[in-house]
Amino acid sequence: MAETKNYGSKRLVVGAHYGVVDFIAQRITAVIMVVYTLVLLVGFLAMPSFSYESWKALFTFQVGVLPVGQMLATLFFFALAWHAWIGVRDIWMDYVRSTGVRLFLQVLTILWLVASVVYFAQILWSI
Amino acid sequence: MSDTAAKPRPQFRNIGIAQIAKYRLPLAGKLSILHRVSGALLFLCLPLVILPLFAASVASPESYAQIAEYAGNPLVKLVFLALVWGYLHHFCAGIRYLILDLHIGLDKVSAQKSAGVAFGVSLALTLVFALKLFGVL
Repeated sequence: MAETKNYGSKRLVVGAHYGVVDFIAQRITAVIMVVYTLVLLVGFLAMPSFSYESWKALFTFQVGVLPVGQMLATLFFFALAWHAWIGVRDIWMDYVRSTGVRLFLQVLTILWLVASVVYFAQILWSI
Repeated sequence: MSDTAAKPRPQFRNIGIAQIAKYRLPLAGKLSILHRVSGALLFLCLPLVILPLFAASVASPESYAQIAEYAGNPLVKLVFLALVWGYLHHFCAGIRYLILDLHIGLDKVSAQKSAGVAFGVSLALTLVFALKLFGVL
């Protein structure tokens, strides 16, 4: 069999492997979010009473000098943004057939999520 | 045989918008489309509703108290309820998918059963939240 030329006009654009990274990333980010949700739930149930102070402490607690609460929440939000990107991109790929419109919506999705990440980080690290 | 000849079963290939109401999805199919709907809902609400609420809830005791005051409004309660349902549905259906991806429970009967469980758990938890929210519990 002739050597496969995987570039130029004959470039292979479909087939196995394309999307495997996304498939795995979507599942790993899902597991990260499940774990963080359970961590929050345990912290929530362990609250002596539901107040502003104890609510804030869920996201700002420290271990030694490390701001572990904020670090975990940040990691959770990166996982969320990556997960949402794959999911929303799948929605556009399934329903939007025009390449131009789809590209536009995908760019909008990225901007939406990057803005959310920055907004969340700003809220979280200025508590 | 004469039955099927007289009344052919409807066939759907690419489902049109107008056919959605007539198309009878199995339970796992309903779980699946609602997984997508809830995901899209959370995505759209994230910077518009969820993050502003989170910001106010952690910023200061005053802004926290204001959120608690807003939450007295029944319309705001419905918004909370929709978001909590979205999260719980996506969470429960998502865990089911993670289990299916491990090739556990792939046969038709167990898949239908697990779809029922995912619906049951997410709706029960949503109900508990609703009862708490509207002060019944």
